[in-house]
Amino acid sequence: MHLRARIGLPALFVAAAVTVGGCAPQDNTSSDDAASPGTSAAAPACDKGKLATHAAGKLTIGTDKPAYAPWFQDDPANGKGFESAVAYSVAEALGYGKDKVVWQTVPFNNSFSPGAKDFDFDINQVSISDERKQAVDFSSGYYDVRQAVIALKSSPYAKAKSVADLKGAKLGAQVGTTSLDTINDVIKPSQKPAVFQKNDFAKSALRNKQVDAIVVDLPTAFYITGAEVTDAEVVGQFPNTGGATEQFGLVLDKGSKLTSCVSRAVDGLRQDGTLAKLEKQWLSDAVDAPVLK
Amino acid sequence: MTTGTIRKESGEGGGSAAPDPYTPSARRLERERFKRARARRATAVAALSTLVTGAVLFVVITGSPGWQRTRETFFSAEYARMALPDVLDGLLLNLKLLAICGVCVLLLGMLLAIARTLRGPVFFPVRALATAYTDFFRGLPLIICLLMVVFGVPALRLQGVTNDPVVLGGAALVLTYSAYVAEVFRAGIESVHPSQRAAARSLGLSGAQTLRYVVLPQAVRRVVPPLLNDLVSLQKDTGLVSIAGAVDAVYAAQIIAGKYFNYTPYVVAGLVFVALTIPMTRFTDWVTARMDRRRAQGGTV
Repeated sequence: MHLRARIGLPALFVAAAVTVGGCAPQDNTSSDDAASPGTSAAAPACDKGKLATHAAGKLTIGTDKPAYAPWFQDDPANGKGFESAVAYSVAEALGYGKDKVVWQTVPFNNSFSPGAKDFDFDINQVSISDERKQAVDFSSGYYDVRQAVIALKSSPYAKAKSVADLKGAKLGAQVGTTSLDTINDVIKPSQKPAVFQKNDFAKSALRNKQVDAIVVDLPTAFYITGAEVTDAEVVGQFPNTGGATEQFGLVLDKGSKLTSCVSRAVDGLRQDGTLAKLEKQWLSDAVDAPVLK
Repeated sequence: MTTGTIRKESGEGGGSAAPDPYTPSARRLERERFKRARARRATAVAALSTLVTGAVLFVVITGSPGWQRTRETFFSAEYARMALPDVLDGLLLNLKLLAICGVCVLLLGMLLAIARTLRGPVFFPVRALATAYTDFFRGLPLIICLLMVVFGVPALRLQGVTNDPVVLGGAALVLTYSAYVAEVFRAGIESVHPSQRAAARSLGLSGAQTLRYVVLPQAVRRVVPPLLNDLVSLQKDTGLVSIAGAVDAVYAAQIIAGKYFNYTPYVVAGLVFVALTIPMTRFTDWVTARMDRRRAQGGTV
């Protein structure tokens, strides 16, 4: 009797494991299989307001928290700030009115995780790159980014005229940003750059003179020098580093059924001048900063 | 090793061991055979069960619909190769911090523990300060302590005070961890029976001598396992210094992960830390075993 119980239990366990392993995920397989080819093969119709969204009838948009100015102002749902405005314009173009938009907090690092996404698209100043495209889908670019350097006015690096002038500086940037790539690939400084979890920490370090200068995108640079670290100034912006312009894109799940629809919506907004208008409205002062040679 | 020592000792105590005329009974031989058979069977069952479990796990994981993507995202050999040099480079910072902060934590922790256990009304302010210190820094979340020290201290613009984030971050680690370690030491000191102290004093040792030669050796020996625990914990927390921009192993991984949207570098960093912790765990075991042996030896004398 003892013997039987002992053999019976593992057998039961194995059987249970096989059942769980065999059945549970298969539902996903079929839906995944149906999804991926559907996207590439037959272009979906993008029926307004009737997309296969995360939550039926709603459009779920993700962004990080806190969401930073000038991209957002306090609450993403208020439509203020460039990215908030763009998000609502895209939603409108897809047939989802303001009341049908749901905002979701998505930390940057989670936006590219391979699991199921809890957003339809994520808008968080994510630059499009070929490497990243292997992990997620991007919409067409909605903003052409330039990187810029800011330094305290009292710092000798505030007078830098060229990229070479910055070589000796202790530079800082936020992790996972193309700003950091700019430091490593364009400036190639002699000191290891400081890498910060958030631009907030980079700002503190700049204020404390723990770094000589930090690299951020141009609108953020103007916002920081205009409102947050007022004794700092924009030293200059970087020239476009050959080839394609760096662009921010909306992040979608890899193989998302919505990618082509969202891209079409963004393209439409670019063509009808909406993006340019929003840029002027929210990022208007990001116009003239000397280009570093 | 333990049994060896004991046997040798008992051998010495029991005089010369004459050849033993004892032969086990048939019943005993039968019993031992049966036990061996059971043991063999148990091993076989365990092996089979492990094999089956492994196979099931393998099938479930690799057969899951997202496996292909998961493998590319978490276990890509290409990204692992790319990340390893940077991760190891960052690990150097972790190790340096661990070594330097570890020593400072032990020293400061010991001082605090002694200050807290000092007797006599004269020492009341010292005791009160040490208590306040441990209460505060043990309660303060490490990350907040780090932020305050790393960004707060340079903001004071004091002359001659460094604003190097690694030094400041290390200081914050020492502040927090010495509070933990002080409590561990205090527990050790208080676990020494009062009779030990009384006996030492009656032998004519001064208060300081009692502490130095009687109480502390016993106290420290008793708290070595929890101390090493705290050290392992410190080893992992050294990475938090990266909040101020210094790049440690985990952060090096995050930089690459953020650039390429691939999590493999994290796995690499995680494995590197595990590889570092295992020798430390074995070391802890070794120290504990050695101490037990010594205590057993002391007991037989």
